[in-house]
Amino acid sequence: MTAFLLKRSTQSLLVLFIMSLLVFSGVNLVGDPVEMLINPEADQEDVERVIRELGLDRPITEQYWFFLVNAFKGDLGTSFVFGEPALKLIIQRMPATLELAFFSLFISIIFALPLGIYAGLKPESKISKLIMAGSILGFSMPTFWVGIIFIMIFAVHLGWLPSTGRGEIGTFMGIHSSLFTLDGLSHIFLPALNLALFKLSSIVRLTRAGTREIIHQDYIKFARAKGLSENRVINTHLLKNILIPIVTVVGLEFGSLIAFSTVTETIFAWPGMGKLIIDSIYNLDRPVIVAYLMIIVFFFVFLNLIVDILYTILDPRVRIQGSK
Amino acid sequence: MDNILKIENLKTHFFTKNGILKAVDDISFNIKRGEIVGLVGESGSGKSITGFSIMGLIDAPGKIVSGNILFNNHPLLNYTPDQMRNLRGNKLAMIFQDPMMTLNPVLRIDTQMIETIKAHDKTISVRNAFEIARDTLGLVGISSPEERMKAYPHQFSGGMRQRVSIAIAMLNKPDLIIADEPTTALDVTIQGQVIYEMQELCKKTGTALLWITHDLAVVAGIASRICVMYAGRIVEQGSVKEIINNPMHPYTIGLIKSVPSQNKRGEPLHQIEGMVPSMLNLPDGCAFHDRCNQATNNCKNSKPLETNFSKTRVIRCFNFER
Repeated sequence: MTAFLLKRSTQSLLVLFIMSLLVFSGVNLVGDPVEMLINPEADQEDVERVIRELGLDRPITEQYWFFLVNAFKGDLGTSFVFGEPALKLIIQRMPATLELAFFSLFISIIFALPLGIYAGLKPESKISKLIMAGSILGFSMPTFWVGIIFIMIFAVHLGWLPSTGRGEIGTFMGIHSSLFTLDGLSHIFLPALNLALFKLSSIVRLTRAGTREIIHQDYIKFARAKGLSENRVINTHLLKNILIPIVTVVGLEFGSLIAFSTVTETIFAWPGMGKLIIDSIYNLDRPVIVAYLMIIVFFFVFLNLIVDILYTILDPRVRIQGSK
Repeated sequence: MDNILKIENLKTHFFTKNGILKAVDDISFNIKRGEIVGLVGESGSGKSITGFSIMGLIDAPGKIVSGNILFNNHPLLNYTPDQMRNLRGNKLAMIFQDPMMTLNPVLRIDTQMIETIKAHDKTISVRNAFEIARDTLGLVGISSPEERMKAYPHQFSGGMRQRVSIAIAMLNKPDLIIADEPTTALDVTIQGQVIYEMQELCKKTGTALLWITHDLAVVAGIASRICVMYAGRIVEQGSVKEIINNPMHPYTIGLIKSVPSQNKRGEPLHQIEGMVPSMLNLPDGCAFHDRCNQATNNCKNSKPLETNFSKTRVIRCFNFER
């Protein structure tokens, strides 16, 4: 296990390094941040001073080296716009995004598993066909449009839920989150549902496919031949087997929930990382963009590791091999 | 001696889009307490479906359309699904063909055994259930059962896995075990061991056994009576001696001639002419008539009925009514 972790960490560092190269050079190729930052009426002297201060007069290789050295010290650069460390800005916004991602993942799993299993067990029934049709709809409707429709229906017409922002923050077991207050929950519900819809649809389809495959296996028939109750057959014998592919997908989807919640966060004015990255892209705030992308890459690498470890727990046939 | 299982005119049909598939069509036989009966037939002759019909595990579009299954003199077809569930794995158990597929790959052996006990005895403690399971595992010839209980199926060989399934079937001391080709997927040497052990266990515990197989040689060694199935019907049944030494139905004669050891060295193997007919498109009259060298016009036009040839012998063929 230790050897496995060590090997994976080395691989992860390599991935992070390559990503930093791509991201850094990519971001430095577009636009001119100085033009965005400086007062248009400033004279040439002021412009040059700002360029020097931001280190933009150096060759790009030197800038990259400078970034790399600082990154190892835990400093991913200072925001051009806010004048604060990029990492600090992102970490400030992270809880909001994480709680949104967790909550929407929670919504999708809790609904998707039962619906998917039902549709897999009774593929011919009307309800199953409805579930599958619904999942195609959930797949294909654009997130931003659904978000706007949600706001129109639930916030504007019905007035049940607030349309924007994050609610009151509560504390539970030392964790600060808006999930612990009623106000917070009412705020998070719509954006989380909006974000969950796509995941829910894909997990439903995956669960159904898994159920359809596993239910015809001999070991399910044997479980029935042992006289087990239908509940036991489904909840233990079937579920444990279909969870294996689902965990892979959910693990990676969780990464994309965090990374690409941008659209939802923008529509619902959710003060998370997604909103920050959009603002930073508008302002060509290079250090924040680079830092954000690096953190997202780190998330994906980390989630992959978690998925691999979960595999070994779910499927005894998979064993981690450290020495290779 | 009384019958543990009595099947009367059982018909299990599958209602597919392409028509009605009569997988089991009017079969009758019985098994006495502690007796081993072989059910022999080619693939698709309906022998497994017979087993699943008894277990009440026929999935849609299949359905038992008529007949009677008496288990311990109780009509199983009148049982509620919950009564059937309670019977399965308890007094009526089943073993499947492929040991690689019958055990759930993600659950430990002890989980899969203990749940079988707890499904039929809610009050038993996990500790007691574990002990019963461990002892049964030892009984089927698995060494150091205590440690092996903690293993996963993939850590066993095929033969060992089949022993585990046998142990699971024996857990609740059943009156009847339906063994659906339990040795087909095993090596010949392992086959011999498993057959021998099954025979001993059944003798010891007084469990009756319905041994479903396509291998006449296997069943001749273990069973006391044989039913030969062809295209959903039992064409001939009788004691092993009668069937092996004096087969009467042309199909049985062909089957026995096809066993390789019946041939002289160097001679081509005997085979039954023609192909097994499609179950969706059975010929009129006797289903075997177009492969039968003794077929008459009568065979082509009407179905032969079962004739009691002797006390133990039943045959379904026109040519033996003479």
